[in-house]
Amino acid sequence: MEIAGEILRRSLPEEVGVSYGSSSDSEELHVLAVDDSYVDRKVIERLLRISSCKVTAVESGTRALQFLGLDGEKNSVGFSDLKVNLIMTDYSMPGMTGYELLKKIKESSAFREIPVVIMSSENILARIDRCLEEGAEEFIVKPVKLSDVKRLKDFIMKGDGEEKGRRTILKRKMQDDIFSLSSQFPASDSVSSELESSTPLYLSKRPKLLNRG
Amino acid sequence: MERNQLHRLVALSRQPLFDQGFLDEQFLQLEELQDDANPNFVEEVVTLYYRDSARLILNIEQALERNPLDFNKLDILMHQFKGSSSSIGAKKVKAECTFFRENCRAGNGEGCIRTFQQLKKEYATLRKKLEAYFQLTRQVGPAETACRPK
Repeated sequence: MEIAGEILRRSLPEEVGVSYGSSSDSEELHVLAVDDSYVDRKVIERLLRISSCKVTAVESGTRALQFLGLDGEKNSVGFSDLKVNLIMTDYSMPGMTGYELLKKIKESSAFREIPVVIMSSENILARIDRCLEEGAEEFIVKPVKLSDVKRLKDFIMKGDGEEKGRRTILKRKMQDDIFSLSSQFPASDSVSSELESSTPLYLSKRPKLLNRG
Repeated sequence: MERNQLHRLVALSRQPLFDQGFLDEQFLQLEELQDDANPNFVEEVVTLYYRDSARLILNIEQALERNPLDFNKLDILMHQFKGSSSSIGAKKVKAECTFFRENCRAGNGEGCIRTFQQLKKEYATLRKKLEAYFQLTRQVGPAETACRPK
């Protein structure tokens, strides 16, 4: 219903390039990288920039939550410019671990849909399982490679690609009858995401992408 | 020195770093991230590593002077150090970190001290070798130093 509302608001032909909730109007993904190691932040920043992503690198889970506006403080920054498409966080950090950060993000209605990837130098099965069960998209063993970033980017862009496909349909339909569009979109978009989060994510990883459309 | 000779010199200098186990695949990964706009990225990261890890080394040294030793704290410090070392491809240094952590887990204080001495040696040796290598690559230019075709 919210989406149909947006269409109505942006009904002018020149504003047809609607991006409902995906990365800002540009094609670039915005990644929030969290790592207490200065060296690792520098490397991940470079990996992401070279993969044409916007990067915000912070040193702790606390800072990450502050950036997202989840720290309980009144956040005056508008999120439309800061829309985060992916969070990559180190697991072992002093204070808040990557796991704890993951939980906080998945508990937030505003941010739970953002894919979270955990990075760790330790390949511990129990740790991996725990993170995936909590909703991590993936668990990457450090050091992170360029191929890892490329794979992640493709994975996320594919999800957006399906939404873009929808937007192309939107464009054509715009010329016709705007009101017929409201029947195209599942009104229960929020309901379907509720269902998704109740199933163990590592089982429903792929279907989750398909259901988004 | 003629350009071709410089190229060969660079190739001859870098190979032993890998063959002798000082550097691993991760160093190559970092080189892949260099381009005309960021020609000295690897050197920047390595410089950052040595600057940043100096603090960790000091902390570990101080922790090793405690009596009794806090193995948990030592393990945590070394985990951080190992992580950074791994990120730049410092293979031998990383191996010493692993031995150190094994000693921590075994509660072997003397083993920790011994391993740490060895670690510092490898750390210093690598630094010298990399400094010499970067001096050379700066003369040649970035495009020629990456060993993988772009």
